[in-house]
Amino acid sequence: MGWQWFHRLGSPRWFYEKTNAWIPWLALLSVALLLIGAIWGLGFAPADSKQGNSYRIIYIHVPASFLALAGYYIMAISGAVGLIWKMKLADMVMKSAAPIGAVLTFIALVTGAIWGKPTWGTWWIWDARITSMLLLFFLYLGVIALQEAFQHQATANKASAILALVGTVNIPIIYKSVDWWYTLHQPATLKFTGESPIDSSMLYPLLTMIIGFYVFFALVLLMRTRTEILQCERKTRWVKALAGGQAS
Amino acid sequence: MTDLTFQFENLSEFMLMAGHGPYVWACYLITAVALIYLACAPLIKRRALFAELQRQARIESHELNKRKQASTENS
Repeated sequence: MGWQWFHRLGSPRWFYEKTNAWIPWLALLSVALLLIGAIWGLGFAPADSKQGNSYRIIYIHVPASFLALAGYYIMAISGAVGLIWKMKLADMVMKSAAPIGAVLTFIALVTGAIWGKPTWGTWWIWDARITSMLLLFFLYLGVIALQEAFQHQATANKASAILALVGTVNIPIIYKSVDWWYTLHQPATLKFTGESPIDSSMLYPLLTMIIGFYVFFALVLLMRTRTEILQCERKTRWVKALAGGQAS
Repeated sequence: MTDLTFQFENLSEFMLMAGHGPYVWACYLITAVALIYLACAPLIKRRALFAELQRQARIESHELNKRKQASTENS
């Protein structure tokens, strides 16, 4: 009995119908959190004593970087689930997570470069953190490319899941890079254990943005997975009925 | 409780941000465009898929009608 939900996850249709009602709530919540967090961070949080106003980029740079990494976990774990249990839905989640993670990594890299110019005096440097984030971006692109490279979806899923799993070596390197090679990138602003070196007037808008990015990620991942389900099941009667054509 | 006062004298100072404005606003703009793209892409794809399925359904029902007509004419 307890495992019924797990077996149901094998049915993409069940998942699609179950998640119908979640979309508007996730959309509303993410838009509200992102708007509040952005306005708070841009206009109401105090300026940084050393960096002035340029630090306000943190309110998107840090959440985007968080989700770039969290997206990779989701992609790699669902890839592994798809490999091991041959679960169709897990493969779809992996496929859907890759472009979202790539865009968020891109945001992290671009905002980091723009932040670097007034703060460090350079757009780019081959600092350990930045280089490992660039590698993360290429790993995402690799998964996207592998999805397109094979005729059979099953082969494509297998190949991209293996790449995603091999690429997880990069994750601890990204986390630890600011401590192992302390060059230009500043160390972590948020710590899960112990006191964070940030004032609450800056911390609250940052947390709002981080939660907003998480909810947004969940929303977009869900939307993409649902579209992927429709794409895969387009020959079935329920999808045809949904499309509005006459289901034969 | 954190102090919630607007940090800038007026709107033009808010835009300028003491010289950092272009950097900060560029970041927020790029991010906004990227997030809107992420939200819209699956909707556009679904619309295209539904349009294609509707087209197929029309073709199928059209052919079915033709076959029905042909069989009634033959009999």
